[in-house]
Amino acid sequence: MEQKTGTWTEKKGLAQMLKGGVIMDVVTPEHARIAEDAGACAVMALERVPADIRANGGVARMSDPELILKIMDSVSIPVMAKCRIGHFVEAQILEAIGVDYIDESEVLTPADETNHILKHNFKVPFVCGCRNLGEALRRVGEGAAMIRTKGEAGTGDVVEAVRHARTVLGDIRHLTTMADEELMRYSKEIGAPYELVKETKELGRMPVVNFAAGGVATPADAALMMQLGVDGVFVGSGIFKSGDPARRAAAIVKAVTHYRDASILAEVSKNLGEPMVGRNVSQMPEAEKIAGRGW
Amino acid sequence: MKIGVLALQGDFAEHIAMLKRLKVDTIEVRLPEHLRSLDGLIIPGGESTTIGKLAVAYNLMEPLKLFGQRHAIWGTCAGAIFISKDIGRDQPLLGLMDIKVQRNAFGRQIDSFETDLDIPELKQATGTKEDYHAVFIRAPIIESVSGDAKVLASVADGRIVAAQQGHLLATSFHPELTGDTRFHEYFLSLAD
Repeated sequence: MEQKTGTWTEKKGLAQMLKGGVIMDVVTPEHARIAEDAGACAVMALERVPADIRANGGVARMSDPELILKIMDSVSIPVMAKCRIGHFVEAQILEAIGVDYIDESEVLTPADETNHILKHNFKVPFVCGCRNLGEALRRVGEGAAMIRTKGEAGTGDVVEAVRHARTVLGDIRHLTTMADEELMRYSKEIGAPYELVKETKELGRMPVVNFAAGGVATPADAALMMQLGVDGVFVGSGIFKSGDPARRAAAIVKAVTHYRDASILAEVSKNLGEPMVGRNVSQMPEAEKIAGRGW
Repeated sequence: MKIGVLALQGDFAEHIAMLKRLKVDTIEVRLPEHLRSLDGLIIPGGESTTIGKLAVAYNLMEPLKLFGQRHAIWGTCAGAIFISKDIGRDQPLLGLMDIKVQRNAFGRQIDSFETDLDIPELKQATGTKEDYHAVFIRAPIIESVSGDAKVLASVADGRIVAAQQGHLLATSFHPELTGDTRFHEYFLSLAD
């Protein structure tokens, strides 16, 4: 009986196991254990959460593999790690140390301003950010087995996450009403592979799992994204930049499971302590926004 | 017949889609009252730690144990972990099946694999001859079965990946990620 590894089914499949769950940014093994204890379905291992990457400035790169390995040793749930857009050698390194998923992320400083990584070349699966259906399907075309809407990371302001989720899901609703002969023109218009546009129309949804990210800070934010129609939620700075990370993390996990039950949402929203301070995206200079990274 | 799918976290929608193909009524189970009037329950793939914590938080542990004493339950991957008696570490378990399970037994995601399995009971029950194409994702293995539990399937090196104990079923792989409905049909025959 032959065994096949690194198949498209395997890559997509792990993301399917994460559905209905919360993936949390962690910067130490202690954080990772807090996240796992709170019920995170996976963690993103990195040196600095996005809010600190913003504050620090400079070039943001892949984290130290030693740190990622320590986090992998400290929890039993899947561990993801970020590489720069287009930096396929950082991705090779992350694959070599055995991370479960790679996020080719706009949160780090892009290494290539024209091309993304050809993710089909890897056995490890990738997740990529998007702001609309065209961007999402270009990433899937390159081999991303999971998509997340970008939002505006490190702000604690959910407005961009909502904008991107509404755009992607609205694009899909629009696509499902099109006649088949209109799909080629639409593919051209949004810059997406025709076959994936066709598949998305047939499925009535993104052909891979689609999470929300970038600005989720409260249980209500997380449930809002779920009600808009995403499959799960990434929370970056929102947990460990808040007053009581363990409590907030557990509350967001519950909110994603019971996202339609307002009385449970009310219950889990109580007494969470200070949320992360946050930054209004609408008052932020264009140059500081990172969602525009990615092509 | 009405089958519930535990919808705390994981790929419950994939199981529901398979059941719909078989024209079965389904319901998503998130709270104890959702277990009423069900003929069987599927516990999907996902993260067993997450599913366990949410089951504890929403008082599902005892109702699920009682349900499993009378009705069919099938756990896939994380679900197989959750219905087992022993996994050699501390996390919430239903303890319904006399199986010992080891989490992430094949390694990390990079080691996840697909393979064909020869499952005589499945072939016989569905009147088919083809091997079953199984998808393993950071999969557990069933280290051992005891009591009334029996082995249904093993991979080439002999490690156990599916077991049955009366109306309880555990698979370390994911039939819901394939187009093959035979395992779901087999489970429905236990729930009937």
